[in-house]
Amino acid sequence: MLVLGIETATPQVGVAIGGHEGVIASFHTARDRRHAETLAPAIQFLCAQTKIDLQEIGVVAVDIGPGLFTGLRVGLATAKAIAHACKVPMIGISSLDLAAFPARFSDRLIVSTVDARRGEIFYATYRKTAGGIQRISEPHVDQPDNVANQLNANAEDCIVVGDGAQRYAETFENLRGVEIGQEGFRYPNAGSLVELAHPRALREEFVSPSEVTPLYLRAPDARINWQQRERS
Amino acid sequence: MTVILGIETSCDETAAAVVVDGNQVLANVVSSQVDLHARYGGVVPEIAGRAHESLLTPVIAEALVEAGINDEDIDVVSATHGPGLIGSLLIGVSAAKALSLGWNVPFIGINHHEAHLYAALLEEPEIEFPLVVMLVSGGHTMLIEFQDHGQYRLLGATVDDAAGEAFDKVARYLGLGYPGGPAIDDLSKQGDPNAVKFTPPMRNEGLNFSFSGLKTAVVNHVRQNPGVETADIAASFQAAAVDVLTHKVRRAAHEVGAKGICLAGGVAANSELRERTLDICVEDGIQGFLPSRAMCTDNAAMVAATAWWRMQSHGESPLDLGADPNLRLPFVD
Ligand SMILES: [Zn+2]
Repeated sequence: MLVLGIETATPQVGVAIGGHEGVIASFHTARDRRHAETLAPAIQFLCAQTKIDLQEIGVVAVDIGPGLFTGLRVGLATAKAIAHACKVPMIGISSLDLAAFPARFSDRLIVSTVDARRGEIFYATYRKTAGGIQRISEPHVDQPDNVANQLNANAEDCIVVGDGAQRYAETFENLRGVEIGQEGFRYPNAGSLVELAHPRALREEFVSPSEVTPLYLRAPDARINWQQRERS
Repeated sequence: MTVILGIETSCDETAAAVVVDGNQVLANVVSSQVDLHARYGGVVPEIAGRAHESLLTPVIAEALVEAGINDEDIDVVSATHGPGLIGSLLIGVSAAKALSLGWNVPFIGINHHEAHLYAALLEEPEIEFPLVVMLVSGGHTMLIEFQDHGQYRLLGATVDDAAGEAFDKVARYLGLGYPGGPAIDDLSKQGDPNAVKFTPPMRNEGLNFSFSGLKTAVVNHVRQNPGVETADIAASFQAAAVDVLTHKVRRAAHEVGAKGICLAGGVAANSELRERTLDICVEDGIQGFLPSRAMCTDNAAMVAATAWWRMQSHGESPLDLGADPNLRLPFVD
């Protein structure tokens, strides 16, 4: 079964197509944050170069966040519309799962991060398993210092990956037993999205487009202010 | 026969519609987020973005079912790409481009203002040009000479608040809730429009508008007269706003020798404005086009109708089209 993967939850735009033979084609760009301008032409380009018609796609996989809200929604709107047009189901996968995936050969605890802006990071922890990775904590948003303190208290060797780790490298790099992931793997990869989604698609672990919900992990701005006003 | 799917997500309405040949509406679905924003007294961009994301797919599906057509029958997909809230526009544009890829049909990006102008033609295909269109809503206040298809001249605009914004702000100050337009319209029916004489700024100066002074005058009057009837204030404010709007649209129609006057935008649903505009048209012997309430407020039928005209004049849009929050109409001088 062919999987189309769409990833736009970070400053990067990523698209990949793959199936049982792995990733057939992928496209990534991390300049300018022109998600909406880049995404549709990128999909068209991949289809043309691989001579795959969108109607041959069996499932659309999408990064459901957490990440940059606007970019994330561009990906979701695009993925849902393609799934609707091609009458195929969808698989939503977290950006933190994707950022952790390249570290799946490490024996260390994997701390996956995504830059949440405003001095915070989204993060969750993972361990390698036979087939890949397994998440062992719920995704959260917090300040890098607080995450670093937790890792310190935990005293377990770990690898911190993702663009949150890169941005706050100075916060993590001097901690004992902490390794920072490679800069080249800072953004979630659309190829990883296809690789993670394919076995799930074969097990029919998919949903309809309307059941794919973004993982925001933060209340919208106005609501935060309102709650503070109500409390005071 | 060209079947066009229209998508509109520029502000706080998530809408999809199916229109045949620019005037035959098969489906026009609008999911309003007004309740989500009401407690804030205005549209909160991040809340709007989240709502559009979750509502758009079901709204499109509903429009297709309501139209009683198969996906394969769609010939063109169109979406508003500006002006509006950038994060909201991007959702509609992204979905439209993806549908065009999936169905292998052309995509057309539409200017929201142009769509409001075409809302009138949707219901009245026999309209004669030139036409003066008064586009009044929470986001826009413009007097436009509609000379021919795709040919517009800007005659006047607001120098500060939009007309609908003035209604919202006054309603909020009077404790009438959000959105303010319908609330003031309703309450005014029980009030005396001559109770207070509010003079709108710039009434006799050209074709531009100013509404912030009118709002301030209302606030000052209520502060100085705490016992005043809210219904009288609402009616007096509405009378002043409608007076300046109709005064200027009439002058504009005279200046360009218009064959008719047309109202567009959410404020065009105001009952007093509609009545006074019709009076003027009768007195001056020109045609008056008052779109139905559903066509005045943001909807996707007007987007699909505009796409039909754009298809013939400009063809399809490129797939790398983004959203432009400040998109303007290409006015002629
Ligand atoms: Zn509008």
